[in-house]
Amino acid sequence: MSLTLAEVEHIAALARLELTPEEKERFRAQLSAILDYADRLQAVETSDIPPTSSVLPPHSALRPDEPRPGLSLGEALTNAPLTEDDQFRVPPVLE
Amino acid sequence: MLCDLPAHELTRLLKARQVSALEILEDSLKRIDQVDGRPGTLTPGEITAEDQCKVHAFITLTAERARAQAQAVDDKIAAGEDPGALAGAPVTIKDIFTVAGVPSTAASRILANFIAPYSATPVVRMEQAGALVLGKVNLDEFTYGSSTESSAFQPSTRNPWNTERVPGGSSGGSAAAVAAGEGALSLGTDTAGSIRQPAAFCGVVGMKPTYGRVSRYGLIAFGSSLDCPGPLARNVRDAAQMLQVIAGRDRRDSTSANRPVEDYLAGLEGGVKGLRIGLSPDYFRITFPDPANGEYIQQPLPQEIEAAVLRAAQVYASLGAEIVEDVPMPNTRYGIPAYFVISRVEAASNLHRYDGVKYGYRTPKPQTDLRQLYRASRAEGFGRQPKLRILMGMYVSAAQYSAQYYQRALRVRTLIRSDFEQAFDSANPRRIDLLLTPTTPTTAFPMGAVYGDSVLMQYADQLTVPANHAGTPGLSIPAGLAADGLPLGIQLLGADFSEALLLRAARAYEAATASQPSEGYKKK
Repeated sequence: MSLTLAEVEHIAALARLELTPEEKERFRAQLSAILDYADRLQAVETSDIPPTSSVLPPHSALRPDEPRPGLSLGEALTNAPLTEDDQFRVPPVLE
Repeated sequence: MLCDLPAHELTRLLKARQVSALEILEDSLKRIDQVDGRPGTLTPGEITAEDQCKVHAFITLTAERARAQAQAVDDKIAAGEDPGALAGAPVTIKDIFTVAGVPSTAASRILANFIAPYSATPVVRMEQAGALVLGKVNLDEFTYGSSTESSAFQPSTRNPWNTERVPGGSSGGSAAAVAAGEGALSLGTDTAGSIRQPAAFCGVVGMKPTYGRVSRYGLIAFGSSLDCPGPLARNVRDAAQMLQVIAGRDRRDSTSANRPVEDYLAGLEGGVKGLRIGLSPDYFRITFPDPANGEYIQQPLPQEIEAAVLRAAQVYASLGAEIVEDVPMPNTRYGIPAYFVISRVEAASNLHRYDGVKYGYRTPKPQTDLRQLYRASRAEGFGRQPKLRILMGMYVSAAQYSAQYYQRALRVRTLIRSDFEQAFDSANPRRIDLLLTPTTPTTAFPMGAVYGDSVLMQYADQLTVPANHAGTPGLSIPAGLAADGLPLGIQLLGADFSEALLLRAARAYEAATASQPSEGYKKK
């Protein structure tokens, strides 16, 4: 299975990941090799087998919904690269 | 030195007032000073000849914090209070767990400046039990690797038995710190073998508990359905004691198991008489891609690795266990390809949160557009492995490929789990209590020998990853040295929540062989 550069660029765009031309080519080759390897799964007969996305029991753990203190505003902002008026500061989202 | 004693022995001496926690701590710090060399950093410069002879387990040393903990332990003892089950035990924390007020980096540039506002649950429990947290130790970036070489913090950790070899990974700093006597215990994580494989490479005990047995709260996530925190230690009793402290329900992690924690110490010396211990041919052959042409070749394991397991089977037989041969585990061979798909999808999902806005690295270049800020911050903050895993995960879960890859891998995971269910099924006349296997297909490989080849690197995990798919527990214990002078590890695998049984069987082997606890750092 060989990926094209266009496919790598497409998934990189979806992943919000800027790649250099050199990275695109390296990742294209590496992804192709890994997918070749993952293709070994195609040999397994799985049509009657249910998927396992988690080994947990199939019911959710519930608890009473009670308010508790979480991180304070200061704690939540302390690692932010840029803040203003107790909010995260980002470049414009809309034109 | 005190730092070469087992953790449980240190706690005993402490409670008998024959030694103080501060004395234990200073002894550990002295060992670190002797053997560790400079800590990993983002700007290492040249790796010198001296660097190549040191262990480099640490990213962040928290000596002052540990001194305060030691003082608190000593105060408790002076006041006649119980200082806790891990009192005075010097411990290290894989830098994938948060520790409040301490850098929590995941060995990645993108979190290099992240100071955690809270501590992970297993860390809190160890500290409450009187452990002395020496610091944060190195790992592959975001745990993505089997050698610790992919850390953004260099020099990366080296194997204390031979510093030209890797310590394994991703919990390489943890295993090396324990082996070198820098800290008696370490908290690691295991997603495909990341506790057991470095434990085997460094000659220490490493345990992956049942999924959910130990809370993941405060663990920086990789593969959320596979990640298991667990102990690394120099002997089985210490591993059991540490697991006792960190295991149990946590209201902050809804996937933590809601069932009582067994007493792992009470039956530890109970032996293996009457246990049915299995051997599987599927764990004695491995499939490797031929680097020359990419063809897959099935080959037997190196003879001395197979021999170590067979010797262990003889030991168990002599102790009264029944050895069951030819246990079928036919889907073992699909563990790595299924993991290549499932773990990458989960990794990509978990890495979406790093956006340069709320915490972590933000590109210093001025940006006028939020999406461009994301793209540039992630491009500059992530190393090669996270980028590769994000791309892979996005690709195999995309709508047009999901059925072919992701959904199929989840079904193969069911088959892998069913191998374990059948082997341990009480209705199966050939059912076993435990499976005995090698931990790794090789001993510790040379630094640089495999790094860069993502497929080959993943092969280090092929005998450990099935238990992660199945969610079942496993541990690696030292089983002597290979001809190259490096440690060999053997693995015991059990059914869901069989930790007490696994530890008991591991202890029986350790006691019968007086399996040398690792002799620690060897001067070249």
